[in-house]
Amino acid sequence: MSLDKEKIKHVAKLARISVNDAKIDSLTKDLNSIFKFIEQLNELDTNKVEPLTSILNQSLRSRKDEINDGKIREKVLKNSPKDSEEFFVVPKVVE
Amino acid sequence: MSDITNQSLNQIIKRIKTKEISSTDLTKAYIKNIEGAKKLNAFVTTTFDYALDKAKQFDNKPNFDQLLPGIPLAVKDLFCTENFKTTAGSNILNNFVPSYESTVTKNLWDNGSFLLGKLNCDEFAMGSSNETSYFGNVINPVGDQLVPGGSSGGSSSALAADLTPATIGTDTGGSIRQPASFTGTVGLKPTYGLCSRWGIVAFASSLDQAGPMTKDITDCAIMLEAMSGFDEKDSTSINKKKENYSKNLKDNIKGLKIGIPKEYRVDNMPKEIDELWEKGKKILKDLGAELIDISLPHTKYALPTYYIVAPAEASSNLARYDGVRYGYRSEKGKDLIEMYENTRSEGFGDEVKRRILIGTYVLSSGYYDAYYLKAQKVRQLIKKDFDDNFTKVDAILTPSTPSSAFKIGEKTNDPVSMYLNDIFTVPTNLAGLPALSLPAGLDKQGLPLGLQLIGKPLDEQKILNIGYAFEKNCGFKNEIKKWWA
Amino acid sequence: MVGMKSEKFDYFINGDKGKYEVVIGLEVHAQVLSNSKLFSGSPTKFGAEPNEHVSLIDSAFPGMLPVINEECVKQAVRTGLGLNAKINNYSVFDRKNYFYADLPQGYQISQYKNPIVGEGKVLLDMPYGSKEVGIERLHLEQDAGKSIHDMDPSNTYVDLNRSGIALMEIVSKPDLRSPDEVNAYIKKLRTIMRYLGTCDGNMQEGSLRADVNVSVRKVGDKEFGTRCEIKNVNSIKFMQMAIEYEASRQVELLESGKEIDQETRLFDTKKNETRSMRSKEDAHDYRYFPDPDLLPLKLDQKLVDDLKKSLPELPDKKKERFIKDYGLNAYEANVLVSEKEISDYYEEVAKLSDNKLAATWMMGDLFAMLNDKGLNISNSPISAKDFAELVQAIKSGEISGRIAKEVFEIMVESGDNPKKIIETKGLKQQSNPKELEKMINEILAKNKDKVDQYKSGKEKLFGFFVGQVMKSSGGKANPQLTNEILKKLLKG
Repeated sequence: MSLDKEKIKHVAKLARISVNDAKIDSLTKDLNSIFKFIEQLNELDTNKVEPLTSILNQSLRSRKDEINDGKIREKVLKNSPKDSEEFFVVPKVVE
Repeated sequence: MSDITNQSLNQIIKRIKTKEISSTDLTKAYIKNIEGAKKLNAFVTTTFDYALDKAKQFDNKPNFDQLLPGIPLAVKDLFCTENFKTTAGSNILNNFVPSYESTVTKNLWDNGSFLLGKLNCDEFAMGSSNETSYFGNVINPVGDQLVPGGSSGGSSSALAADLTPATIGTDTGGSIRQPASFTGTVGLKPTYGLCSRWGIVAFASSLDQAGPMTKDITDCAIMLEAMSGFDEKDSTSINKKKENYSKNLKDNIKGLKIGIPKEYRVDNMPKEIDELWEKGKKILKDLGAELIDISLPHTKYALPTYYIVAPAEASSNLARYDGVRYGYRSEKGKDLIEMYENTRSEGFGDEVKRRILIGTYVLSSGYYDAYYLKAQKVRQLIKKDFDDNFTKVDAILTPSTPSSAFKIGEKTNDPVSMYLNDIFTVPTNLAGLPALSLPAGLDKQGLPLGLQLIGKPLDEQKILNIGYAFEKNCGFKNEIKKWWA
Repeated sequence: MVGMKSEKFDYFINGDKGKYEVVIGLEVHAQVLSNSKLFSGSPTKFGAEPNEHVSLIDSAFPGMLPVINEECVKQAVRTGLGLNAKINNYSVFDRKNYFYADLPQGYQISQYKNPIVGEGKVLLDMPYGSKEVGIERLHLEQDAGKSIHDMDPSNTYVDLNRSGIALMEIVSKPDLRSPDEVNAYIKKLRTIMRYLGTCDGNMQEGSLRADVNVSVRKVGDKEFGTRCEIKNVNSIKFMQMAIEYEASRQVELLESGKEIDQETRLFDTKKNETRSMRSKEDAHDYRYFPDPDLLPLKLDQKLVDDLKKSLPELPDKKKERFIKDYGLNAYEANVLVSEKEISDYYEEVAKLSDNKLAATWMMGDLFAMLNDKGLNISNSPISAKDFAELVQAIKSGEISGRIAKEVFEIMVESGDNPKKIIETKGLKQQSNPKELEKMINEILAKNKDKVDQYKSGKEKLFGFFVGQVMKSSGGKANPQLTNEILKKLLKG
């Protein structure tokens, strides 16, 4: 499997990272060498192996349905690059 | 008192308890060292005023019953610290000041210590040489031009250079053990779930573990005891009784069975590493341990598996850095999507972007089964390798790394050769096991090398004990000339 | 379909090339009733100031981790049981990855391959008989925050109060065939969840929303047509309008020989049309994978059994019982079980009075009054006990139906109980035959001419005499007795 520039651009779009045209060649080369390395896994027959979903062999622990958080608006908004009237503000979403 | 700062944490605690030194004087000594060691670039942030204030508070009202009485500590800048900037070595968090304290650091402070500063690291802990940090390379005190390992490179450098009496790092694929090995110090990656991940900037959630980095095994036991423990805020935290690792430290390892896996070898591995491994085996054998040859057949697949699992999780974990609620936001772009793309492109460095792209790709439609699912299956096989062998042995001894510290820039243009540095450390992350790197000797250039002890889940005490016995009999002394001062 | 009734199902679209049926499946997003959010301790209450009900977890600060709310899990299990569905003892939380301003984590924690609830079914009462709708699955997931696009011309405002609230996504099989069936299905789901107390079903507050999958096919075709998904419609009326529009659009496309693109569409409530959401298309690759911050959820069978034992009686069962125990007809029973509070009210009234009369009066005057005043049964100005007293007064003949309406109105206005009203206003029916006879004799004496006319065959005048009796008794004369006495005296 080799990754071409178009595929990389598509993946970058999914990841919301703009990829500079000047860098795309070296990125393509690096990613292809990494995938070549990764694809060693194809040597293994894993048809009968269960995927490992969690390393811990225990069930999910739950908490009680209690309100003990929230009401910290100042902390929530403190680091925001832009806010107004207690809302986070971002550039318009274009549908 | 000639130089308190080159002593072990345990020795320092003793001197604090006997009032040979005050917390304030101790703190001042470290501040002096740090100010003289700017060349190493180990710190992203220093909190001297705060530390001196806390030291004074301690001296006014000392509590000597605590594990870390009046001890200043610098920590990796991946732990969120309340009111102190936390960057994860990234531009995207360059201005981020948490309003909360990570559970692990809170545990340290609750045991009497306080923050001295935040230590440089690879960006989002992605790296093996501390060269991916937005805040620049860190120098290994062992030698100018050498990397300190990564991702906890600021931590290993600061510890080895006596800029902090002990420290903590995080280890996703070797980020504690490899830098420890490169600097001649002790590093422990605990069992997955022993230390809370709450408040630690996440890299790969199923692999990340915080752990101690110290000058010796006793210090390691003290730090682990202080930082670990059940945390109900972390769903993957293990609920178990707290252990007294330092009190229970024993050097009697008679009769313990030590597994020696034949797969922990790579092509072109320096022969000193093999020799060191042999030396390690001999020491343990002489102490009454039984050596058993074992096989972990899927070892060579651990690194490829890791480079699917870790980037996949990272691509999702790092989606929150979008310029909306905190951190860096690019001013470029006409709409939301462009704001995202520019923010993330400008905010993340090349290695982080590379891994996000790998992770996004292996999870994307049409590729999930071939990559991510496959990796989860191989991860199962790797875990099974260990499970099978731990019915026969108490611990496993391997080299920590396939080389000693390399030169800055040596591997930056070849990501795969950089990744190969973690080949011996990654399997234990995938299997969730505790592993300890301990300094064992020097290579022919005089650079430190480490051996790794891998334990069963939650068997930290045992590998600490083996390490303790080894340390007493190994005769290794990490002597670093302070060339930078 | 079972138990066909006289009316026939007839929702089809006639095209030039044939008759089409509409195939509809719904993905209902129901907000779980809980105090706190699915993975954080923030409150879920509606209507707070912007970003007031937000924790550092809901706003996805670095290092924040989810811990699941046990009540949300139980609510999902209860709902699954209420939908006669299979409860999965092993389920997994996955991350659904996409970027949006109101999705702080950059992913939604949801359940993908292993949902907590599997297949189930819901019964609908349609005019043409009862109809079974299959449930494909139910899973737990987090809600996103809210983006507000109209506060500023160049910016979007984001409020995260809703971020992290637990939702149940209930996915139906493509078993629905008309807007009316969709209406009945949503209402039935809502009723069941309200009975269970697992979702308040409040569509105005967004506690119940749905994505609607619509396709069309020629009647008799076995294969489904290509479907379009209409996103996030938040009222039944809009769902119905969107389905009608979308079905006709698809039929038109097919009739003109074009193909239907499988796509996500948006219903524009102002223009009453659906339109393509192209921007969503390339983001459709959600890259689901198990959330490594959470472990698989293993449900103890005992917990499931205990929850099952503690379930309330659900509407289908209750309806059967109302018919059997109270002698109601199917229609009455249906109406009275439609809300748990209504059924509770009814049972309390019926216990203290007459079953049938109670049903008639509730469905008549009581519902009309509540509707008029924009109230519901839980905040009815008349308590069930008082209402039962009124029904009982009618039944026992203490007051007439006509007087009862008067008493009812006074009850609504004053809040007094019927006994007090009847006594203080002297509204008690005159049922003493001697007194009535005396009064009637006086009236007949005063109207000798009319009596004569009556006797000579103008029997229509009977009504006149009744009216006079009522007038002079102030409406309180027992009508039955009045009739009897009048007849007797006029004969003589």
